[in-house]
Amino acid sequence: MKLSRFAQLACLLIAGIMLAACQRHDQAAPWQLTDISGHMPDLSFRLTDDQGKNVTAADYRGKVTLLYFGYTHCPDVCPLTLAHLHVVMQRLGKLADGARILFVSVDPARDTPEALHAYATAFDSHVVGLTGAPADIEALTKRYRAAFSREPDKSGGSYDVSHSSGIYIFDANGHARLLATPEDAQDKLIHDLHLLISTGGAP
Amino acid sequence: MKRHAFLLAWLALLPLIAHATQSDQVKASQAWIRWLPVNLPAGGYVILENHGASAVTLISAQSTSYASVMLHESSTDQAGNSGMHMLDRLTIPAHGKVALAPAGYHLMLQQVTHPLKPGDTIEVTLNFADGSHLQVPFLIRPANTDN
Repeated sequence: MKLSRFAQLACLLIAGIMLAACQRHDQAAPWQLTDISGHMPDLSFRLTDDQGKNVTAADYRGKVTLLYFGYTHCPDVCPLTLAHLHVVMQRLGKLADGARILFVSVDPARDTPEALHAYATAFDSHVVGLTGAPADIEALTKRYRAAFSREPDKSGGSYDVSHSSGIYIFDANGHARLLATPEDAQDKLIHDLHLLISTGGAP
Repeated sequence: MKRHAFLLAWLALLPLIAHATQSDQVKASQAWIRWLPVNLPAGGYVILENHGASAVTLISAQSTSYASVMLHESSTDQAGNSGMHMLDRLTIPAHGKVALAPAGYHLMLQQVTHPLKPGDTIEVTLNFADGSHLQVPFLIRPANTDN
């Protein structure tokens, strides 16, 4: 009887230690999105923003940046992703000021700064539309292994562009930190962005 | 006499034929279009329920508000690349339902024929394989609508 009571206590103790270990493990990896720290290069580019100004990654230092490749003639997935990110920004409240969504066009032939400006502002004030020379855009997509390709022309000269749907998240120092997909729950993005913005990229 | 019998048989069948159109057995709900600026192609979404005992096939759509309406499907491959392709037809099974929803089946509407803004409602005609049509009002909603 005594022995079984001791066994019960021992079990509880072991369970307690395991639980504590789990919690410690959680603290070591606080992210809910995919952690890409050290696996992707720092943010670097030379493009034109939606105001027609030449910009580089250095212009966004001090902000947590969300890099997303798309194009304005994409009627379904790109707007859905930007609408999701709009809700994330709204739910972040004042913290959202510490973030910028960089919407990089993979269709520079059609996406002029003016078109990108109208498009970006229709979604959220934190969205910056970026376009530029095809070679500069290709260099950026290659840097993050984000493929894109122009599909064959359809009738009337219109065409689609298939592209990588990942959202690459960089801390305020331009270091690659997290990767999100459009399917990731908004709660995950809010949790991780909250942490990244409020700590200035420390964890 | 023979001619008379044929006519009678035809008249007897008429109500059956009249009730068999595909559009009659489809109920459309929550129809909306995501508004985009500068006359960009827009996505149209709707839930189609088939209350009939036979499958229904949507083959095309048109609207007086857009020069072109196409049936599309977005898909994402294993590498995370997303793309779109056109569909020839979309079948709604008997007593089943198909949702045209973001990141899946959708209508791609191009070249507005008159200015549109969020809050407007436009008519889209859905065309079915048996030649029947269904007129559906679509609500224009803001670009950043999330649902």
